[in-house]
Amino acid sequence: MSGAGKAYFGRRYMLSASHRLHTDALTAEQNRAAYGKCNNPHGHGHNYIVEVLVGGPVDPATGMVINLMDLDRTVNAKILERFDHRDLNGDALFATQVPTTENLCRAIYGLLQGGLPAGQLESVRVEETENNFFEYNGA
Amino acid sequence: MILLTRRATFSAAHYYWNEAWSAEKNEQVFGRCSNRHGHGHNYTLEVTVAGQADPVTGFVVDLKWLKDVMEREVLSAWDHRHLNLEVEEFASGRMMPTSENMAMAAWRRLEPAIRAAQGAQLNRIRLYETPEIFAEYRGGA
Repeated sequence: MSGAGKAYFGRRYMLSASHRLHTDALTAEQNRAAYGKCNNPHGHGHNYIVEVLVGGPVDPATGMVINLMDLDRTVNAKILERFDHRDLNGDALFATQVPTTENLCRAIYGLLQGGLPAGQLESVRVEETENNFFEYNGA
Repeated sequence: MILLTRRATFSAAHYYWNEAWSAEKNEQVFGRCSNRHGHGHNYTLEVTVAGQADPVTGFVVDLKWLKDVMEREVLSAWDHRHLNLEVEEFASGRMMPTSENMAMAAWRRLEPAIRAAQGAQLNRIRLYETPEIFAEYRGGA
């Protein structure tokens, strides 16, 4: 019913969260120099776009790499419920690392990898604004 | 090597239904997409070719030529059609018209024409079903 080979399925989600880029490893002045406006003490927020790419063979019975409803369920449970309308600095994952979008991207990859069938997660892309995005594929 | 991408949009109807399954199972697996009257999307087809910029023209491929190839090989067959009922590779339950299968089918339609032109190789097909959902195929296994 379908051709051979690996195909990829991607889906975009949105979450709104606040963060502040700051590390205790640097002085106040060094933090300001490194992070600029993102170091403002009270934090600021973004509408993050999380793009999840899943790869694998196309199931001949469904024509799908993954059922969209299963992917939605996993992303909702593992990512959106955890981070949407939250302060990223308060999340346990960012107790020991700065919530830059690089680190958020890797954290999301790690959380999804545990929730999806082995080997399916290909990469995660997080868009912080229209002009900034970050990608991680586990490598 | 340079990657060059061209986009085109088309509109089509489809539904998901596996004849080997009961109605209940079809509804459970495919949800609203199993409605037998079908539904439609504005699709975006993204075709990426890879090659070297020609020293004289500065082109990897002529984008007008690529537009014509996409029109002839894909859009003329898929645009404003019901994929399950009218389109060769999906009709009569041959293949489910999911975005994944459509990305692979678009590859099979485009790759021979791009290869024959001897300018660049087809590198990637991306098929957006909505702005939030896409499938991608890079050829090979």
